[in-house]
Amino acid sequence: MLEVRGLAKYFGRFTALRDFNVSVGRGEFVSLFGRNGAGKTTFLRVVAGLSRPSEGLVRIHAPGGETLTPQASRGLMGYLSHDTALYLDLTAVENLRFYAELHGLPHADSDLEARLALVGLAHWGHESVRNFSRGMQQRLAIARAFLHDPEVLLLDEPFTGLDQTGTEFLRTYLGEAHGRGKTCLMATHDVPLGYEMSDRLIVIEKGLVTLDVPKSALSLDRFQELYREVAKGS
Amino acid sequence: MIRRIWAVFRKDVLIEFRTKDSLNAMLFFGVVVLVVFNFALESVRDTMREAVPGVLWVAFAFSGTLGLNRMFAAEKENRSLQGLLMVPIDRGVLYIGKMLAATLFMLITEAAVFVLSLVFFNLTVWREIPYLAIVFLIGTLGFTAVGTLLAAVAANTRMREVLLPLILFPVILPILVNAVEATGIILNSRDYAALRLPLTIMAVFTVVLATVSYLLFDYVLED
Repeated sequence: MLEVRGLAKYFGRFTALRDFNVSVGRGEFVSLFGRNGAGKTTFLRVVAGLSRPSEGLVRIHAPGGETLTPQASRGLMGYLSHDTALYLDLTAVENLRFYAELHGLPHADSDLEARLALVGLAHWGHESVRNFSRGMQQRLAIARAFLHDPEVLLLDEPFTGLDQTGTEFLRTYLGEAHGRGKTCLMATHDVPLGYEMSDRLIVIEKGLVTLDVPKSALSLDRFQELYREVAKGS
Repeated sequence: MIRRIWAVFRKDVLIEFRTKDSLNAMLFFGVVVLVVFNFALESVRDTMREAVPGVLWVAFAFSGTLGLNRMFAAEKENRSLQGLLMVPIDRGVLYIGKMLAATLFMLITEAAVFVLSLVFFNLTVWREIPYLAIVFLIGTLGFTAVGTLLAAVAANTRMREVLLPLILFPVILPILVNAVEATGIILNSRDYAALRLPLTIMAVFTVVLATVSYLLFDYVLED
């Protein structure tokens, strides 16, 4: 589904990613771990097409196997981060309608309100997003990011700002998406949560992949031990 | 494509009409420029009409720059631009939608500033209005065509308020100079045949700048 070869990203003299090689199969749930500044967000942004690679290539394959153009591959991906990417001066329905129109999806009020009901915002459709709590904004961001039912879910610390109910909701949502064969890449600092949700664990340090193992190969305790060692050694 | 351009345009207009962040600032700035020039030109009141084209375009250009600076503010809040860039559309669609919205805001400001200038400078121009409207429209399209691109460049820098006029004014100088000349012909000599040259130059620059900006917009949005 996703193939990354020899990827490097420089910001001036700062190296954010170097010699980065990863392949992710269709339906895999991969968690990315690493300290702040390790390169997790940069990696997800490059995959999402929000940031241009300095070197190397990122290829997204359609479910049929053909390689997609950057524009077409954006249609297969949904990106959710701790920044909600919402317009605060629009209502929830207006936010969703705008993105539905851009994606060429049905955008009648009833369609959009049904989407809002899925994320627990059924009665908030015509309220300005500026009046939403952080957790409500994140729920709306989930509806926005996955409005077009993407094949690949790129998640950059998606649980930030969510209360317990919101966290449970997102866990269930992502679990169901994974169950339906969606490919998920999630950057997180929450090791137990990331471990529990994933099929595969990747640790990034200083822009390099330092550990890439299937979850079945390690217990949570062993993985945490290894993660601490990798972080200490770098 | 047109439906998507309309969606971007409508979103920007809806947010602006709700918050009035840009329009209020642009109108206020335009009026201040008129007031300052009204006092500055007091001693040459007899020949004031000759100075009006320059005064008008200074007010339009400065208030327009203010509006362009604000144009990406809503996209920076909550990193909304990130959501837009993830949509599988030609990013030129975003450019055209935003450019048209910026043009509308500038034209609203220009209309208000122009009406006030009639009062400040004691002008009567009913018959000239259609010609002035053409000059204002082409000049504004040229301004926003390149201004939208450069506002996107400046939005990613720390010194965006300072940077935008520094990179914008040298590029739009040919359009501004010809807009002042065309406005001067309409208000003063009324030799409408002489309008052809400045209008042609403005139109050619507008088309060239809009094409280049459309093609480059994708590159300036990514890191």
